[in-house]
Amino acid sequence: MSQAEGRWTTQQSNRSARLARVQAALGGALDGKVVQASHIVELLNAVLEPGDRVCLEGNNQKQADFLGKALTRVDTGRVHGLHMLLSVLSLPEHLDVFEKGIASKLDFSFSGPQAGRLAKLAQSGKLNIGAIHTYLELFARYFIDLTPRVSLVAAEMADRDGNLYTGPNTEDTPAIAEATAFKSGIVIAQVNQVVDKLPRIDIPGDWVGYVVQSPTPYYIEPLFTRDPAQISEIQVLMAMMAIKGIYAEYEIERLNHGIGFDTAAIELLLPTYAAELGLKGKIARHWALNPHPALIPAIEAGFVESVHSFGSELGMENYIRARPDVFFVGPDGSMRSNRAFCQAAGHYACDMFIGSTLQIDLQGNSSTATLGRIAGFGGAPNMGADARGRRHPSKAWLKAGQQAREGRNMIPRGQKLVVQMVETFREHMAPAFVEKLDAWQLAEQANMAIPPVMIYGDDVTHILTEEGIANLLLCRSDEEREQAIRGVAGYTPVGMGRDKRMVENLRDRGIIRRPEDLGIDKRRATRDLLAAKNMKGLVRASGGLYEPPKRFRNW
Amino acid sequence: MSSYLELTARQRIPAVFDPGSFEEFLPPSARVASPHLAQLDSPVSFDDGVVVGRARLGGHTVFGAAQEGGFMGGAVGEVHGAKLVGMLRRAIDERAHAVLLLLESGGVRLHEANAGLIAVSEVMRAMLDVRAAGIPVIAVVGGANGCFGGMGIAARCANTVIMSEEGRLAMSGPEVIETASGVEEFDSRDRALVWRTTGGKHRYLLGDCQMLVADEAQAFRDAALAAIAAIRDPRLTLDELLAEQAMLTRRLDSTAGLQEPMDIWKGLGIDDPARVPMLDADAFLQLAAQHRAGVATGER
Amino acid sequence: METLNYRFDGGDRSLAGMPQLVGVVGSGNLEVLVEPAPLKGACEIEVRTAAVGFGATWQAVMADFHARWRLADARISINDMGATPAVVSLRLDQAVESLLPPASGGPA
Repeated sequence: MSQAEGRWTTQQSNRSARLARVQAALGGALDGKVVQASHIVELLNAVLEPGDRVCLEGNNQKQADFLGKALTRVDTGRVHGLHMLLSVLSLPEHLDVFEKGIASKLDFSFSGPQAGRLAKLAQSGKLNIGAIHTYLELFARYFIDLTPRVSLVAAEMADRDGNLYTGPNTEDTPAIAEATAFKSGIVIAQVNQVVDKLPRIDIPGDWVGYVVQSPTPYYIEPLFTRDPAQISEIQVLMAMMAIKGIYAEYEIERLNHGIGFDTAAIELLLPTYAAELGLKGKIARHWALNPHPALIPAIEAGFVESVHSFGSELGMENYIRARPDVFFVGPDGSMRSNRAFCQAAGHYACDMFIGSTLQIDLQGNSSTATLGRIAGFGGAPNMGADARGRRHPSKAWLKAGQQAREGRNMIPRGQKLVVQMVETFREHMAPAFVEKLDAWQLAEQANMAIPPVMIYGDDVTHILTEEGIANLLLCRSDEEREQAIRGVAGYTPVGMGRDKRMVENLRDRGIIRRPEDLGIDKRRATRDLLAAKNMKGLVRASGGLYEPPKRFRNW
Repeated sequence: MSSYLELTARQRIPAVFDPGSFEEFLPPSARVASPHLAQLDSPVSFDDGVVVGRARLGGHTVFGAAQEGGFMGGAVGEVHGAKLVGMLRRAIDERAHAVLLLLESGGVRLHEANAGLIAVSEVMRAMLDVRAAGIPVIAVVGGANGCFGGMGIAARCANTVIMSEEGRLAMSGPEVIETASGVEEFDSRDRALVWRTTGGKHRYLLGDCQMLVADEAQAFRDAALAAIAAIRDPRLTLDELLAEQAMLTRRLDSTAGLQEPMDIWKGLGIDDPARVPMLDADAFLQLAAQHRAGVATGER
Repeated sequence: METLNYRFDGGDRSLAGMPQLVGVVGSGNLEVLVEPAPLKGACEIEVRTAAVGFGATWQAVMADFHARWRLADARISINDMGATPAVVSLRLDQAVESLLPPASGGPA
């Protein structure tokens, strides 16, 4: 090849060089694409180069834990200064690589249990955060300016050609693998088993460089299971208000629920309260949602027609297998999830997002940021934002858009409902409504360009508390908006600071609606309204198909 | 159907006893609360966590109590215990048809130290006095906090124990066992193990509880009525005590070395013990009828 | 523990019947005892709470409670273990409702 041609194939040449190094280092421990587990660190030492962008599957649910641990044992003489890309920092080893000088830069989306340690490391200078993203945003950058050089992923099974079966927990793998494979990167997969024939092919072998069978199955966390026994009367009341005041009002057929006990209460009220209101077939028909066990009674009652999922949920596998009319299930019978597509679905094909939060300010900006922790965003901002690129209409979208633009000189547009649902006081009497979000202070502490906001006020359309619903779409000035928020902020200092006359006026105009205004009898807000009151109830509703993980069972 | 487990003590009373028939002794308005908790600057409850009184059950005059598991785990303090003892003694004075105790307790209220210990022992003595006076005593164990410690012992002083599968009955609590003997001995965070070991189904199979019902207030009521009707002589006799001890000896022998309750169930002749926890009450009772301890030897 | 006392005049709704207790003194919860009492038409409320320093919040909650029900000759006694205002208002309303005849009107 002439020098001029070589100029345009540097990545491919580099890839070949890495493969050659691996071949030389592993010798007999490499059989085609299959690497012996005992040689995993040698593989990484050979395949990685200093400064590489490395994507490691810390997904929301599944973790490539064997590969993640192996990465902490590489020779820092040969491998250092890595730029890590992770959806979720969930395991200690995800941060150990920074402590050890193996990695120095990080781009990610969510950090969950590692949020405190992440903040400390960032402050100490051992870790330089490029940016915090939403999941879809991060995947998008894999195709633009953050393409991984090496990706470490997890799958259920592989065959000897490197084809992967990712099954119910496919999650982020297709997005990661495609970006990596088609820009001369190398995909390394840890699998639970190497078999002759896969149930189905989720990732083609052509995309995969190496496969290693890990000694123990990859780690999965059941994040989307909520025990109905923990749902309170206040949460039942708020769920009634959501169903009658929003779902019915706007005829919400396509939606996403942020995870939490508040939304679990809504899910469990569909077969009872919503059915009583005659809403079956009219609301909650199509979902972008992980397979929440709390949704089982609504599915069984015939409310739910389809669910597409970001990932799976431990214990739900057999139930999903038995309900292929509802879930996205392959010809092999098991579900296929896809976080990138589900996020896009939640953004463009859903008419409402509803979720909880920690703090809301006077403009409706909503944040889960707390001091001393860098938690990130996950996927919520994708769902919890108006989709300005959307063009197809629906009743809910048109109604919300019309409410926002009525009487203003603007071209008609629809708008997605973005509902923030929160009790006015959290644990230890911490108010959910504040004048200034902790996010500002966190931004200063952690040297962030802007305060980390989960959902921006101008995207929030409704705020729902135990005191009522504030419809921000109908507000026509910043002052009205602020008083509408104060009007549902109850006895918090923000709520007590309301202009009583203005709030009364907003209530008269229907901008604030209290439970009584919605025709809700608060005395009915008891746990008896839940379609299932405990984990056994969910199992019985599923006909015994749902198998809750151990920590949720007392049997 | 109303879940018994989710009801407060006060809500259980009209659901189990004849509705509207309960006359409460020392009601909350009397404000007989714990002097010990007040001294510790701790919150008190106006009824010290227990409702006692006289009521009707199926038309008969009975005396009864309901412990509130939500207040200090239902633990028995001086006032709480004195209310129970007073009610039991009055039941004897007024020759009640029966005594029905809705128990939910962690045992002695440690905050009250010796006063709590004495209170529980007085409850046990009073329960046996009620039986000696020819009045049946029925204990119901179906609350979320179970019936542990000294109250677990007290429950077994009753003629009949009625449980749901959600109920738990034992002396030492799971955390206590783990702290004293280590996690290999008993992993208190293994909730499935805790219920297999102390829960209603296991207790029923072993013979420590005589009736098992679904988690419904109506079911507990019906079982209590049936239990009372079935008792011919409620007194504790020497023969009964000796028979109980013989049964316990046999139990120790037949379960020697077995650590896992499912192995014990297998030993009782249940082929697929892993199925037991998910069976509903009716299906479980059918299975248990052929196998529970005592069936072979004709014990009660 | 903190003890707070309130007295409201100008009520016009009398409650008949026995004293009534709702709620349980557990974490995040409270018990509310409502009794008729000869108070020259007033409603007196005593709160004993484990959550110290929230007097202003209790004041607002009680004032709104009185505006809702306008009880006369009623004594309300509360043992609280850190319930939020939402739960406090819920229990207060439950206590009053349990003393109303079944077909009577709700709050104003």
